[in-house]
Amino acid sequence: MKIKLLLGLYFISQSLLVNAGELAYITNEKDDNISVIDLEQQKVIKEIPVGQRPRGIIFNHEQSLAYLCASDSDRIQILDLNTEEIVGELPSGEDPETIALHPNGKIIYTSNEDDAILTVIDIASSTVITQIDVGVEPEGLAVSPDGKIVVVTSETTNMVHWIDTNTNKIIANTLVGARPRSVQFTQDNKLLWVSSEIGGDVVVIDVASKEIIKEFSFEIRGIHRDRVQPVGIELSHDGHFAFIALGPANHVAVINRQTMEIEKYLLVGRRVWQLALNEDQSQLLTTNGISGDVSIIDVKKMKVIKSIKVGRYPWGVAIKNSKK
Amino acid sequence: MMRLQSLYKKLAQISLCTFAVIAIVLTSFSVYSAPLSIDITYLKLQKQQAPALSNILKMASDSGYQGAKLAIDDSNTTGKFLQQHFALSSYEFTEQQNLLSRLKEEYRSGKSIFILDAPTKVLNEINTWAQNKDILLFNISEFSDVLRESQCLNTILHTAPSNAMKSDALAQWLLYRRLNKVLLVRGETITDIALANSFKRSAKRYGLKIISEKVWSFNTDLRRSAQQEVPLFTQTSKEYDVVYVADNTKDFAEYIPFNTYLPRPVVGSAGLEALSWHTVIEQWGAAQLQTRFNKLTSRQMNEIDFNGYLAVRAVAQAVHKTNSASVKELVNYIKSPEFKLAAYKGRKLSFRSWNGQLRMPIALVQPHGLVSQSPQAGILHPTTELDTLGFDQQESQCKAN
Repeated sequence: MKIKLLLGLYFISQSLLVNAGELAYITNEKDDNISVIDLEQQKVIKEIPVGQRPRGIIFNHEQSLAYLCASDSDRIQILDLNTEEIVGELPSGEDPETIALHPNGKIIYTSNEDDAILTVIDIASSTVITQIDVGVEPEGLAVSPDGKIVVVTSETTNMVHWIDTNTNKIIANTLVGARPRSVQFTQDNKLLWVSSEIGGDVVVIDVASKEIIKEFSFEIRGIHRDRVQPVGIELSHDGHFAFIALGPANHVAVINRQTMEIEKYLLVGRRVWQLALNEDQSQLLTTNGISGDVSIIDVKKMKVIKSIKVGRYPWGVAIKNSKK
Repeated sequence: MMRLQSLYKKLAQISLCTFAVIAIVLTSFSVYSAPLSIDITYLKLQKQQAPALSNILKMASDSGYQGAKLAIDDSNTTGKFLQQHFALSSYEFTEQQNLLSRLKEEYRSGKSIFILDAPTKVLNEINTWAQNKDILLFNISEFSDVLRESQCLNTILHTAPSNAMKSDALAQWLLYRRLNKVLLVRGETITDIALANSFKRSAKRYGLKIISEKVWSFNTDLRRSAQQEVPLFTQTSKEYDVVYVADNTKDFAEYIPFNTYLPRPVVGSAGLEALSWHTVIEQWGAAQLQTRFNKLTSRQMNEIDFNGYLAVRAVAQAVHKTNSASVKELVNYIKSPEFKLAAYKGRKLSFRSWNGQLRMPIALVQPHGLVSQSPQAGILHPTTELDTLGFDQQESQCKAN
């Protein structure tokens, strides 16, 4: 009887502490640091100084390390998430902006914005495997879940470049709308979502044929269409939703991936840039560059529940799972 | 016998059909897979440097050309994925006649895309000669209002903003800041008068009041005596909120800020300037363009460079989208509603159908910082607020062609 009570209490406590231990790491582009947000307390608990102009940030599979692009320092920094100190660097080429990890956990890709290059890095030996010539101002970067293809967008060339991860050669190029920013693969490797900031649209590309199969343009009452500038994309793992950050329109668009219709627009902070879902996909965090804050969206209720002030020009967000 | 003949006939017909189909398929494939080569020619008439009080700040002599060159490089980076190659040749002249001869020579030899860095007189002559020709021409450095309002050049597209666009950009900001009473100061040259007239038009449009107009005709050496001369010059019986200076060659304009009789901001040819481009512009990826330009030239990108950059990028965009090197097709595409140019200004740009002017936001800058950007928030327009800057359709005598 007592055991049942204790077990009951244990499970209740676990469900209450559902976000306990979940930490969001926000890169502050103009403050040269990372704000760490405790998702249970919903506030910033620490700031970690890093290199100059930090932008893209990702974790390794074990979530023991974070890799971040310190663009103006021309390097990728390795942050130990336990000690919260920079413990090393990876060679990255100049002005690395975004970063993606191959599913095998051994290779990192980074875009060199000023040099029209994609750099492929071996983590263990900390060496550059190769650099691939791409279009002007590469930014959006994603590796397919099956590890076969890495895609990168070129903002001024207005293309998606498809690269075979075995040969590290470009196998195809797809022209998209002006200033393509972010790319995301669906979990089943079949579709690629691409946002075009100045083109004002988001397209869905069939990975097999490399052809655009669907285009979304966004209309928000009271907001001029030129202010609708799609940047960050986050896809829910259950295949249900796509969330699009619309930049100076200050809204996140919610797209139902089953009906392929835009369902809702959520008002967040000013110049919403990137977004990330937490482990159980119950919360979506957005970085709002100009207002310098992070919005927390309750995905079940589809409502913005909190705004948390961080540093200047928050750019990237990566969420670390709770410790088990 | 008859049946055999008709059989042979049928076979011949079938094989002819098949041959035709194969031929069509092959030619259509070759249209898509053959690499395209686009030649662009840059023609410049060197301007005589007007004497000015200070020669310290000079505009680089290769302004315009370097912007075009950078755009060629950027376009070739895209082009290598699409089998399209862009090349730029450049010619400079001291005599108008030589520029015109070269233009005609190039055209005869098959070149049909030209970037023109030349004054109104030359552009007028070129426009007359270019009538009914398959040719694509861009004006990158002449800001004159008459070319957008009355002397319409139906063969030339303008990537340089007009003085009217710049004055409107300033006037909108003055309206927003409630700096309604303006002291207008101008030089004596024809261009100074044109600049002043442009501002007067904008002031009227936006309800600003010019409380006095003063003409600078002093000979004093302002490098030594600005503090004595300028306050007297800018003393008026009426109050003013701001001083607008029209001094195209910047002969005396830079000595006006901080020396005015009433302590007031200075706008126009000094102080707060309205420009299509400046070093301080960083947003929407502009910082990357600035860096690339700096790497190419070891100097900063100026307005004329940027206008040259836009012209080449407009061509490249048309080529990428139509996959054609036919000038006729390119011109039609650039003038069509589908044409959209991304130009580091946060929105897509297009050319006005009535006078060929590229519509664009205008930056308001002080020498080391971006102050604002027009069109100002709150200014409304039925189709696009970009058309609140410069000559809108009903304000121009030029007609769409």
